[in-house]
Amino acid sequence: MCTYLTEKFAIEGSGKGALGWFALRQATVYVDHPVHAPYAHTVNIDFLNPELGPSARVALELTQEDALALADAIHAALAAAPAGLASRTQ
Amino acid sequence: MTDELIAGTVTITGHGGDEIEAYLARPTDPAPRGGVVVIHHMPGYDSATKEMVRRFAAEGFSALCPNLYSREAPGADPDDAAAAVRALGGVPDERLVGDVEGAAAHLKSLANANGKIGVIGHCSGGRQAFLVGCSSQIDAAVDCYGAFVVNEPPSGMPASMKPLLGLAPQLSCPLLGIFGGDDKYPGPDEVAVLKAELERLDKDHEFHTYDGAGHAFFSVDRPSYRPEAAKDGWARILDFYSRTLG
Repeated sequence: MCTYLTEKFAIEGSGKGALGWFALRQATVYVDHPVHAPYAHTVNIDFLNPELGPSARVALELTQEDALALADAIHAALAAAPAGLASRTQ
Repeated sequence: MTDELIAGTVTITGHGGDEIEAYLARPTDPAPRGGVVVIHHMPGYDSATKEMVRRFAAEGFSALCPNLYSREAPGADPDDAAAAVRALGGVPDERLVGDVEGAAAHLKSLANANGKIGVIGHCSGGRQAFLVGCSSQIDAAVDCYGAFVVNEPPSGMPASMKPLLGLAPQLSCPLLGIFGGDDKYPGPDEVAVLKAELERLDKDHEFHTYDGAGHAFFSVDRPSYRPEAAKDGWARILDFYSRTLG
C-alpha cells in the first residue's frame, strides 16, 4: 500500500548525496514502497535540504529489523560517549 | 497500417493553467485513436510508468502521463521528486483532477484523436482514477488496487486524503476495478463495499480480484509481481478500453 504517513522533523548536520556534501535541514521517515530495495515495503528515511532542491537528498530504504537495529545502534553509540558530546549545544 | 510509435516528453497545461511536464506515447498511424491518461503512482513519474505509457501506444491508444510533481520538483529524479512532494503533504485531489483534465485535453487535441478518454492508475493512482471518474466527464476509468476509496485512511494522513465513496453517484463512466485477493489496502471487504455501492447506484462496472496476488502485482520490477494475474489483468484492461474507447 501507499501509506502516505510521513514523520517529518527539522535536523541540523550534513549529508553526502549525489551532489556531494550539503547541510541537512529536514528528515522524513515513512513506511512505504522502496525504489530500489528488493521488498514490497521498507522503512524509508530521507535526509533533505529543501532550499537546495529535491536532489539534495540522502535516502535509505531499510527493512523493519534493520531500521530498528539502526535506532538501537544510535542509542548505544550515544550512551557510550560522554553525555552531550554530539549535542547542538556542545 | 504501421506499428510505428513516437514517445517523449511534452509540455501540457495542467491545473490552474500551469505548464507541466508529461510523457506522451502514440501510434503515428493516422487512424482515429482513443486516449489514455496514465496517473503515475506515488513513487513518481518513473521509468516503469513510462513503460506502461508506451505499452498503451503499442496497443493502439495515444497515452499521456502528466508529471504530478512538475511544480515542486522540475527536472529532478523521480524518486527525489516523490520524496520532496511527500514531505510537502502530497498532491491535493483538486490539483490532480485539473492535471488529468489538462492531459485529456492534450490527447483530444492530437490529430488522430477520436475524442474518447480513459484514465488508469495503480495504488494511489487507482484512488485518483476513481476520483477523476467521479469529477470529470470521461469515457472509462481503471482503478488498479486503489486504497482509501471506501475506508478512512489511518490517522496522520494528509487532510486531503479523504474516502471517495460519497462521490460514486457522480461516476461518469464505466469503471474497471482490478484487485489482489491478498491485498489489505484495499482489502476484499473494502472492494466488496465499493462493488455493492456501484450496484445500488446502477453504475456500469466490472471488478476482477486475483487470488494469490497482493498489492502491486502488476509491478514487474518488484517482488509483488504476479505474472499470471498481471497478464490476465492487462488483457482485461485492453479489452475494456477497446470497448469503451474504440
